[in-house]
Amino acid sequence: MKRDKVIGAILLAVALSAITGLAIITVFIFREGVPIILRVGPRQFFLSTDWDPSLGHFGILSMMVGSLFVTVGAAVIGVVFSLSLAIVLTQFAPPGLSAALKPVIELLAGIPSVVYGFVGVVTLVPLIRQWLGGPGLSVLAASIVLGVMILPTITSIAIDALQAVPKSYLEGSIALGATRWQTVTMVLLRAARSGLVAAIILGMGRAIGETMAVIMVAGNALDVPRSLLAPVRTLTSNIALEMGYASGDHRQALFATGVTLFVIITILNTAALAISRQRAGKRRAT
Amino acid sequence: MASRALGAACMKSIFPTLVVLLVFGTICTGCRRTSERSVSLLGSTSIQPFAEMLAERYAKDHPGEFVEVQGGGSTAGLQATESGLVNIGMCSRSLTAKEALVFTSILIARDGLALVVNRENPVIKLSVEQVRALFAGRVTNWRDVGGKHGPIRPITREEGSGTRESFVRLVMGKERIAGRALTQESNGAVKELVKGDPAAIGYMSLGLVDKDLKAVAIDGIQPTVENVLADRYHLVRPLLFVTKGAANVAARKFIDFVLSPPGQNLLASEGLVKSQ
Repeated sequence: MKRDKVIGAILLAVALSAITGLAIITVFIFREGVPIILRVGPRQFFLSTDWDPSLGHFGILSMMVGSLFVTVGAAVIGVVFSLSLAIVLTQFAPPGLSAALKPVIELLAGIPSVVYGFVGVVTLVPLIRQWLGGPGLSVLAASIVLGVMILPTITSIAIDALQAVPKSYLEGSIALGATRWQTVTMVLLRAARSGLVAAIILGMGRAIGETMAVIMVAGNALDVPRSLLAPVRTLTSNIALEMGYASGDHRQALFATGVTLFVIITILNTAALAISRQRAGKRRAT
Repeated sequence: MASRALGAACMKSIFPTLVVLLVFGTICTGCRRTSERSVSLLGSTSIQPFAEMLAERYAKDHPGEFVEVQGGGSTAGLQATESGLVNIGMCSRSLTAKEALVFTSILIARDGLALVVNRENPVIKLSVEQVRALFAGRVTNWRDVGGKHGPIRPITREEGSGTRESFVRLVMGKERIAGRALTQESNGAVKELVKGDPAAIGYMSLGLVDKDLKAVAIDGIQPTVENVLADRYHLVRPLLFVTKGAANVAARKFIDFVLSPPGQNLLASEGLVKSQ
């Protein structure tokens, strides 16, 4: 009994220290970042595309647009491949094959992002430059690299969501004479919809927060990208690129960029959580 | 029974100890090992490869001495030196008036700033005025500066890079670098990009230009060590070691080595220009 208590206390302390760390980080970035937003004016900070710290211009709109483009691009690519994969692995592939493929996909999540970036720079960027034009370092390159990176996240959550659909739904559908494919599109995907949406949102959260690979393949130009082949700078790459040098207002402006990112990711994660809770609630009701 | 009770008692007392050790162990791996005989340098990625070479030679000639070199950028180097994180900062630009009050700077070499293009690019010379127009985005076609018809893709360095600040001071003046310029965070990345893209133009340390790239003549003067030494080539910047106050013994010894003939010759053989 006493030992249980001791271990319980230790685990509680560890858990609390993790949460405390998170709280301290949150307070810190907000304390560092919010004053400059107020000083520059939120309008100027969020709606101006003019970023030139040495002249005191702090406008992050082009980076926000950049992050949005790259994340949406990654989500499109990631979702198409992950959903297909999840459907094939849960419904069509022989069990032996899916048992073998699933760990392989999860292994993808363990590859460091700098490796993805490097492969992107060496192979993907020259291909885009040669065949599609532009500098190669582009929204497209970043979207493809990120799309591959979020594949394991979305796939594994989507597989869980698909497996959570009661077998009776599928059996009912088949019994009514629907084909396998009709069952998948009309019953399975609909029943698992909220879980799939949560998977996609979590994948987007990962994409928007990714830094290293994006710096390497996105080109980091400051202009708002006008095409898929134009270079782009995201919020995360802006922080990482200039962090080493920044001091004074510049440093604070980078923290403010971090605050913006923090808020966006919190919104995405909360949305994902709310959607998956809703699903759990619904299932309990039925 | 007795031994099991004993085991449990041990477990009870060992487990928290283990946790404590584990936590402190993790914290302490983050600690820096500082010793009287080690020197740490941090700063400009333009100086970094040369400093690494110097450090290697120095360690070979002085067994037991240890020199650690890290990149990060000129301004980061100054900050790290000011906070006492490293002994010597590497800075590839002139210090501002305010910085000069805080730091002691030692000129270890001078370095030409070369404008580099892809080997396939037929342009072999540009004027400073043309380079400025090109990076400001006023000229966007290679045809307008004597090349083939096609877009120009300027590649710049990130805010705070010593190479960028020197470039702005020596070439851009009051004009701003265009927002559409690609931004890369190291000399190596600029090199890779220019090597692969016939439309690209970038700037970097003369000492880092190799046969994969083509350095263009500026105002009719080829960027070479001889031309920098003879004061004919004008895009030249200082490469500095900075210390806060007086350097400690180990750092002083390393700086003396860098300024000695063997050190200077090593730098010269790598394409830099001697400090004197």
